[in-house]
Amino acid sequence: MGFHDTFFKEEHMKKKGFATIVLLVLLMAGNAFLFAGGQQDVKSTAGGGEVTEIVYWQYYYETKKDLVDTLIGMFEAENPDIKVVHQTFPYEQYNTKVASSVPSGTGPNVINLFYGWLPTYIDSGYLQPLPQQTFSNERIESEFFPLVSAAKFEGSYYALPTAVRSLALFWNKDLFKEAGLDPEQPPRTVAEMIGFAKKLTKTDRTGNYLQVGMTLELRAQMHQWLREVLLRQMGGAPYSDDNRTVTYANKAGYDAFRFFTNLHLVEKIGMPNFMTDDVTAFKSGTMGMTVDGSFRLGTLDAVSTLNYGVAELPEMNGVKSNFASFWANGITSYTTGKQLEASVKFLEFLTSDTAMAMWLKQVGELPAKKDLAMKDEYRNDPKYGPFIRGLEYAVATKFIDENVQRKVWIDAWDEVVLNGVSVEAAVNQAAKTEQQLLDNYYNK
Amino acid sequence: MIRQKTASHSLELTKRRWAYTFLVVPILFYVVIRFYPTFYAFFLSTTDWDIVSKNKDFIGLENYRNLFSDALFWKTLGNTGKYVAYGLPVSLFLGFVIAYNIDRIRLGEGFFKAVYFIPYITSMVAVAWVWRWLYQPAPIGVFNKILMELELPQQKFLFSQTQAIFSILATTIWADIGFQMIIFLAGIKGISTQYYEAAEIDGAGNWDQLRYVTLPLLKPTIVFLIVTGTIRYLRIFTQVLNMSYQGEGGPLNSTKPLVLYIYDTAFRSFDMGYASAMTVVLFLIILTITLIQLRVMKSEE
Repeated sequence: MGFHDTFFKEEHMKKKGFATIVLLVLLMAGNAFLFAGGQQDVKSTAGGGEVTEIVYWQYYYETKKDLVDTLIGMFEAENPDIKVVHQTFPYEQYNTKVASSVPSGTGPNVINLFYGWLPTYIDSGYLQPLPQQTFSNERIESEFFPLVSAAKFEGSYYALPTAVRSLALFWNKDLFKEAGLDPEQPPRTVAEMIGFAKKLTKTDRTGNYLQVGMTLELRAQMHQWLREVLLRQMGGAPYSDDNRTVTYANKAGYDAFRFFTNLHLVEKIGMPNFMTDDVTAFKSGTMGMTVDGSFRLGTLDAVSTLNYGVAELPEMNGVKSNFASFWANGITSYTTGKQLEASVKFLEFLTSDTAMAMWLKQVGELPAKKDLAMKDEYRNDPKYGPFIRGLEYAVATKFIDENVQRKVWIDAWDEVVLNGVSVEAAVNQAAKTEQQLLDNYYNK
Repeated sequence: MIRQKTASHSLELTKRRWAYTFLVVPILFYVVIRFYPTFYAFFLSTTDWDIVSKNKDFIGLENYRNLFSDALFWKTLGNTGKYVAYGLPVSLFLGFVIAYNIDRIRLGEGFFKAVYFIPYITSMVAVAWVWRWLYQPAPIGVFNKILMELELPQQKFLFSQTQAIFSILATTIWADIGFQMIIFLAGIKGISTQYYEAAEIDGAGNWDQLRYVTLPLLKPTIVFLIVTGTIRYLRIFTQVLNMSYQGEGGPLNSTKPLVLYIYDTAFRSFDMGYASAMTVVLFLIILTITLIQLRVMKSEE
């Protein structure tokens, strides 16, 4: 029968087909592993020419990516023998991506990292100290703001920022006018700030906030303010000099936290979560004053109805303080020879005055070098000026795990405000939890 | 005759072979995407890996020992228990009541079905954010605005240690009812009308019909919904992440379920070893509960 004949032939063919499919599937599965391994070639491949190729990584942030692309163009024009490959990844995947490629030596040569992550990366041996002949400690310490010492470990610098961020006070000029305050006169002291905030607060008959005087958002920037500003103004310090010991479970710590919780409980000038968060509240014109970073200027400028000013953080007891943070560029430990030379050159370019000036204009982050930042045109800029002046006395907290170190204060607030626990007990508990984190890290 | 038999036999064989081929693809997929990471998590739970380090140091059962003395672990485990214990019965009960009544109406059945089912197919993230705004204090929160209009005191909802978990549960149940309802409805429709006719002849009223006909015959449906619902509530995550500020499961961890704690440990603190240990514990809990439920169902059959 004809049918059977063809059928058997096909049957034979199908046997081969079957094997092929199984093979294909296996191959595909195998590929998945290869991709997960993050294969990529970073060796110099320039078809005969003496071009060294290096790879630069940062997380994806549109203005930063665009600017670095421009900078790379300029750098390559100056150094025709170097080619820089720029790769970005979403912020959420950045650590995972780094972790999966750097250990196998297939990651970048120059890498952009949040300063708070540096301890982990240095401990794991992923970064090499910056070469002394180009980036000597003396040079770094004379050119950069002191806060970059957060990137110094056991006497060596491992990374340098192009730009830094600090905090400043934002005030809503329209609300000031409405409350009978001078719209061009921001508070200069903390006491003044509280006085203003009281006038800016509106409540209904039953005491619900309709408008708050100032932010009390520990989840946003106020935990930084509490830790590095208020605590120091009360005569305390958050940590010991070697950063291994929590030093706020004492009178200064209690005073600072009592002062902070009383802004809500006694002074009644605001509450956390008002309008869900302080950025929303300030943008919608229902918050008189907020504390935020220079990176917020772009967000606020986009709100056409908002008429605001920026001032240095108010002082107290004659003490000025500020919190700074930064993303820094380091060189991976497996980068050697020509690639190391090229990476050092590229890092020098990224930390040049030209790059920093462009960074301020296009990204809105502040120059990391003192002389440049303190130029009159920057220092007296109505918007960037207050942030830059704040850098002179700013501290970059050496976080181990910023999330946990922020949460201890949020929990302390809830204990005091929701559960009526004493300020002393809440602060002691915060210190205990945080000390445990530091111990786990430093005694590893 | 014999030849024909062989032919049809091998045709059968070929068909089966192809069926296996198609089954191999998802199995390979599962092995790579599901089973391999699952077993890898067992391994990771015995290490102190922090995502960034090169080394995955073997530390034996230390992660598990630490779990015992970790107050937050027990707290989140308790919260997860609360989600299941309060959420599942209420959503099952409401789902059944709605299905039972929809089955009895003639006009607008499709409309009511759609109204109750839409929340279930809406993105949980969107649902969570809308409800989060509904729960806000008065200037924006609708619920508090209504309370104020009625001259009643405002409630803290998501900002209260006692109310927050129930506020999140209310949202979850609201979104979950649609699923319970549709499955119940299918179950109810599957019961032959003969049973009801017989019951009516025997003089059974509505209540008796419900009690002696509908509910017993719905047992397989109920067991299915309990098993899948338990697993769903044990894995509750999205709504808490989106409804508590910055996804921290607050205030004071009062709404944080175990899965969120695992997520925090793994992807915010990068302590993969410890997170894996918790994952293994959750896996064992889900496995045990499912086995018990299936056993109960079998024994009652």
